[in-house]
Amino acid sequence: MKLEKVTSPHLHGRSDTGHVMRLVILATLPGLVALTWFFGWGVFINLLWAWIVALGFETLVVKIRKRPLGYYINDYSALVTATLLGLALPPLAPWWLTVVGVGFAIVIAKHLYGGLGSNPFNPAAVGYVVLLISFPAEMSSWVPARGIEAAVTPGFIDSLSSIFPVFGNLLGQPNVDIITQATPLDLFKQKQGLTTAEIWQPGSAFGHFAGVGWEWVNLGFLVGGIFLLQRRIIYWHIPVSMLGTLLLMSLIFWGGSGSESNGSPMFHLFSGATMLCAFFIATDPVTAATSTRGRLMYGAGIGLIIYVIRVWGNYPDAVAFAVLLMNFCAPLIDQYVQPRTYGHSQGQNKGHKQNKSKNSTSDQSDDS
Amino acid sequence: MSRKLFSFPGGIHPPENKLQSLSIPIQAVPLPSKLILPLQQHIGAPAKTIISAGESVKKGQCLAEAQGFVSAAVHAPTSGTVVEIADHEIPHASGLTGLCIILQPDQKDQWIERQGIADIRNIEPTELVNIIRQSGIAGMGGAGFPTSVKLSPPADANIKTLIINAVECEPYITSDDVLMRERAAGVIQGVLILTHILQNQQSLVAIEDNKPDAIAAMQEALAQLNEPHNIEIVVIPTRYPSGGEKQLIQNLTGIEVPAGKPPLHVGIVVQNTATTYAIHRAIEHGEPLISRIVTLTGNALKQPGNYEALLGTPIEHLLEQAQLDQHQLSRLIMGGPMMGFALESANAPVVKTTNCLLAANREEYPEPEPANPCIRCGACAEVCPASLLPQQLFWFSMGGELDKAEQYNLADCIECGACSYVCPSHIPLVQYYRATKGELAKRNADLKQSDHARDRFEFRELRLAQEKAAKDAKRKARADASAKAQAAKKAAAELEAKNNPEGSGQSEGKGDSAASDSDIVKAALARVEAKKKAQAEAAASQTATNESTSQPETQDRS
Ligand code: SF4
Ligand code: SF4
Repeated sequence: MKLEKVTSPHLHGRSDTGHVMRLVILATLPGLVALTWFFGWGVFINLLWAWIVALGFETLVVKIRKRPLGYYINDYSALVTATLLGLALPPLAPWWLTVVGVGFAIVIAKHLYGGLGSNPFNPAAVGYVVLLISFPAEMSSWVPARGIEAAVTPGFIDSLSSIFPVFGNLLGQPNVDIITQATPLDLFKQKQGLTTAEIWQPGSAFGHFAGVGWEWVNLGFLVGGIFLLQRRIIYWHIPVSMLGTLLLMSLIFWGGSGSESNGSPMFHLFSGATMLCAFFIATDPVTAATSTRGRLMYGAGIGLIIYVIRVWGNYPDAVAFAVLLMNFCAPLIDQYVQPRTYGHSQGQNKGHKQNKSKNSTSDQSDDS
Repeated sequence: MSRKLFSFPGGIHPPENKLQSLSIPIQAVPLPSKLILPLQQHIGAPAKTIISAGESVKKGQCLAEAQGFVSAAVHAPTSGTVVEIADHEIPHASGLTGLCIILQPDQKDQWIERQGIADIRNIEPTELVNIIRQSGIAGMGGAGFPTSVKLSPPADANIKTLIINAVECEPYITSDDVLMRERAAGVIQGVLILTHILQNQQSLVAIEDNKPDAIAAMQEALAQLNEPHNIEIVVIPTRYPSGGEKQLIQNLTGIEVPAGKPPLHVGIVVQNTATTYAIHRAIEHGEPLISRIVTLTGNALKQPGNYEALLGTPIEHLLEQAQLDQHQLSRLIMGGPMMGFALESANAPVVKTTNCLLAANREEYPEPEPANPCIRCGACAEVCPASLLPQQLFWFSMGGELDKAEQYNLADCIECGACSYVCPSHIPLVQYYRATKGELAKRNADLKQSDHARDRFEFRELRLAQEKAAKDAKRKARADASAKAQAAKKAAAELEAKNNPEGSGQSEGKGDSAASDSDIVKAALARVEAKKKAQAEAAASQTATNESTSQPETQDRS
């Protein structure tokens, strides 16, 4: 009789990293559908292309690092990165933009730092920021959302040939002329002269409260986020503190509906990548703070930075910057916000205690 | 029952798997051909044998007695002959062997003379504690801490609450459950004895709400009690590890036991159900601890259930009763699946702490999956009942950062396994913590040694200085020393003249008499008093240190 030597616990729950990541990808579905509806097939094509590129880079790096491939692909983290980045790119982003962004995210931001779990910065956010800084023009050309006056949502072929000009040539449609337009957040920055009442005219890009299409896109990501919360894949702390801070800031600095308005709370909550960030990017556990209180601070920090950059900064949307900045702070937060261990009084974790005892020993040596 | 509960952080809900072993009542086990009785079935010093090989013994006869304060005696579970006292496999996480008394039953099952106490109310608590000590009772929930130690609090300890841990939160285990279903009255009697010993204000019997039958039986037994009592059955929500000693205390009272201190420190004593029942048997029936109820369960058994096994019964023999399918068995766990350990063979015997034997097959417990990298998802921190940061502890353990691990309070980890259970990357976290705790213990022992060396050096310096000072003083004092000696001699002679025989007799007495007028007697009495006091203090501090050092290991794993 050969008996196994295994130490406790012998039981394991059903959760599994691959499974978690698959659910995260699944949860982006409502947002993806909304994006595709309002901005055309380009979104979908971008996403698929990002997946292919991500798998390609992942395979390449894993081969170079001489690690077992299945093990790495199975955690689905590369696909999650690709999904998040793909969803954030403009719908007709040229194919090479995706390659650069995803490549940077996977190769540099993830593997060069030691692979999944060791990367201090969110790979998708790194990829996005690199693109935004290097290719500002490409990154800000969004097609107008379906429903805006004079908007023509590009069809599948148009989208395909504009992302991959090769296909355009093959299909004999070399130059697809696609009208691009700034996003509502962009417009809002430029339209400082207008009163909010003027902005909210029917038919303008601002929709009901946060921009045509964008409202639905954000609602879609909100629904996906609630699904993740309910499946306990993510915890409420980061989304709630991030959205709460954003809400609070936009209430305080709202400034009414005049031309000096900084945008209504609804506008900030449902515009741009707010919800995508709150539930999918900021909640990336690898790069967030770990304790409960730490996560609250981390989320609040992101909300705060997003608002500050959107309103007083130079970039219309600031999600990626905010996430990266807070990634930077996460280890610090973790260091200072440790939960109180059972049986220890607050602030008396041995970490602090040891510092104290160090001081006291030096005091003693001074005395003697 | 509407007692306010205070809850505790974290916790998980693993599949309970308790029904398998609940379909049949407690089963008796036929006598095996030999019994193997380890001298150490408890935390503390091993028992000291008082018989030798070849001797015939009766059922209940003491074979080895407690040695030192923290220890527990071992008794013969049946009558028979001591074959030998030798090394034998014992149930141990690392498959160690230990000194065991091997007893061959004579099939007569002849008891020694037993004497139970019918009415405990007029008996001194210390006497009861003594009987418990002589009966070899040690915590039967899994930790095996000698019960008499927990019941001898220092005189100034004000015990407010006695908690009976009948939570049994580990999956699969039902031995306390059936004990309460079938022998509730005995458990309640045990609680009464404990209350009499501790003089505590309230006694709480905590049971998880997944044991409605046991709760009903206990409430029924309580209702039938026709004497005043302070016992309350408290039903707590099912959530692992609600039966962890610290978690249970927090849940019931809102009090956290300060790190490194025993529950006594906050006026609480916790006892396990089976232990409580054993106390009842020992006091009221004069039976030492020689058997216990063991849950036999797992898919490799055709007849899972609860079996009343004599201590020392080879596990193999017990598994046969439950119709073990040898080919199915892939993992044999003593204790529950969360905190129990895998046995290397079934040759080891049942001991006082064997509450469950889980004979699992491959399907039930597949080989552990390869670990993925930590994604810092925080699931582990979310479920940790001690509010630790398991992922940080894991990083420090991996990186060999012992100081960091210590700073993040690794010592407060109760090894409940909740973190490993939820980790999506299948990291065997607890395994890392155990290893690091071991390294820390080793390092701190080394440190202590070097501290000792330094202390010794400093002490020597001090002694030399003192000697020198003493020499100087002596030289100075030499002049009048002789004069003083003269005076002293004179005084002594005078006192001796006053002395009478009565006085000297009393000086050996208890010191409660002030009848004598003699100075010498008074002085002698004072000396005796002082000595007694010093001894008592030494003993008390001894207890305290013993308790505080061994307490971290006494997590009742019910
Ligand atoms: S549960 Fe596992 S993967 Fe998640 S943070 Fe803890 S150790 Fe890391
Ligand atoms: S094993 Fe230790 S670290 Fe893990 S959950 Fe239990 S107490 Fe916390």
